[in-house]
Amino acid sequence: MNADKKAVLTGAHFIDGDHAACEGAIAAGCKFVAGYPITPSTEVVERIAARFPLVGGIFVQMEDEIASSIAIQGAVWAGKKAMTVTSGPGFSLMMEHIGFAAITETPCVFINVQRGGPSTGLPTLPAQADMMQARWGSHGDYEIIAIVPNSPQECFDLTIRAFNLAEEYRVPVLVMMDECVGHMTEKVEIPEADKIEVVERKFTEKPPGEYRMFDTNGSMVPEMVKAGAGYRIHLTGLTHDDRGYPAMSPVVHNKMLRRLVDKVLLNEEKIRHIEEDQVEGADVVVVSYGITSRVVLPAVNKARKDGIKVGHIRLITVWPFPESYIRELAKKVSAFVVPELNLGQIVYEVERCAAGNAVTQLVSHAGGAVHSPEEIYDEIKGVLGHA
Amino acid sequence: MARTEIRIAGFGGQGVILSGYIFGKAASLFDVKYATLIQSFGPEARGSACSAQVVISDEPIDYPYIRKPDIMVGLSQEAFTKYCHDLKPGGILITEEDMVSVDENLISEFDHYTVPATRIADQLGRRIIMNMVVVGCFAAVTGLLKKDAVKKAVEDSIPKGTEELNIKAFESGYKHGLQILKQREVQETE
Repeated sequence: MNADKKAVLTGAHFIDGDHAACEGAIAAGCKFVAGYPITPSTEVVERIAARFPLVGGIFVQMEDEIASSIAIQGAVWAGKKAMTVTSGPGFSLMMEHIGFAAITETPCVFINVQRGGPSTGLPTLPAQADMMQARWGSHGDYEIIAIVPNSPQECFDLTIRAFNLAEEYRVPVLVMMDECVGHMTEKVEIPEADKIEVVERKFTEKPPGEYRMFDTNGSMVPEMVKAGAGYRIHLTGLTHDDRGYPAMSPVVHNKMLRRLVDKVLLNEEKIRHIEEDQVEGADVVVVSYGITSRVVLPAVNKARKDGIKVGHIRLITVWPFPESYIRELAKKVSAFVVPELNLGQIVYEVERCAAGNAVTQLVSHAGGAVHSPEEIYDEIKGVLGHA
Repeated sequence: MARTEIRIAGFGGQGVILSGYIFGKAASLFDVKYATLIQSFGPEARGSACSAQVVISDEPIDYPYIRKPDIMVGLSQEAFTKYCHDLKPGGILITEEDMVSVDENLISEFDHYTVPATRIADQLGRRIIMNMVVVGCFAAVTGLLKKDAVKKAVEDSIPKGTEELNIKAFESGYKHGLQILKQREVQETE
């Protein structure tokens, strides 16, 4: 399927990441957004509120983020594509409903424009400190997909990808922007609608009566139903059987939970999205994501001029984490340098997968700004004793 | 031109961000360059110090913030005092003539231009278009971007119905900039 011609603003624009994410959602076919505007994500919903009346969407400014994160799931079960947008404390409030979306397999998108925390923290300044919260913030075992743009262009492109992944795997997909990317204005090229690939929901063709809500027919992702088409369904946050009925049994729970996790983890290679630069033959590999991946470049170039063999990989999909990729790479390189705008989150995933085969060095930053390229350069030099 | 860093600083309400937006748009949509605009602001908006950072380059821009600007535009005393020390020695400094008084010792370090943007805007009838006078002057003295590209970006960024006035302001600023360059040429040949 392709995007809707009338909804897509084809052409070159000079817009910020927040606005670009809004256009990405519209191009992906999002028709419902509920949100509680919060800096630095406000511009996303501001634009949604202005654009939705023109493209047949509904925006509701809710009473809070708890309501926003569940209202979108109502819209999804009514047949629409939906998302919510937030930052900082708002993301914390949404955690319970990320779990609800995971267990009910509700395809939906959460945009989090990360700012400094905890609590109110730094409302107008960047951080990348919600990366583990994105993965583990709701209680219980589950998997989500999280993707991280590093430019306004990617805020557009990856928001579309987020909607597509949500439909394909029936999971909440988190677009983990940050204040810098959200408020950064650059050229964004929006393609013609027929060049934008949009994944539509897979509705069942089984008649009511034969359809079982969570029966996967051998695949790992069950089919959904069209609201109003005569199906009687039961949707619950309780552990449920194939019919969707509550079933408080360890056997049912085990089966349900393992499928929820497996449908993401066993497809990790398919979902994987990594950008590689001169990794072949490298001694040191910098692992970055989001805005930090751009700050890394002057440092990497400088180190290369010094004759150090430095590779750079950028994780565009951070969750599910590319475990096997890092594990294999760790056998070929001496060290990983992991700069992040937090005091250490993704670095522990890298370290775990490196499994002692390569040294792993964090370059931490408390947030509020980005690293200076020199800080990263020093670690690249220092990690193998080049300094 | 690998990478040019520009800071426009003033107080909220002067059109600081819009000026930066126009340079970025001109570069990336109407010229053939890359541009990144970053705006910084406090919790307050109108009346508080505010600055736009623009990076313009022939190559894709990696590090998005400015570190040692090549060009600074100062539209208020507070913003000028706060940021003038960042400017590269020999960098281009453009200040609003009546809003910013510049320390004589500083001028020798920079390539300094002044523009009476507020007075010109008043003469054209609306003080609010002061920033477009500055944008015009910037285009003339820096020569960083094609004049037509900047003009198109102005037209593309302002409210409908205000094109005539804004373009007039832009052209007045541009003319002022050219005049300064001409005077300098004359002085140099003398």
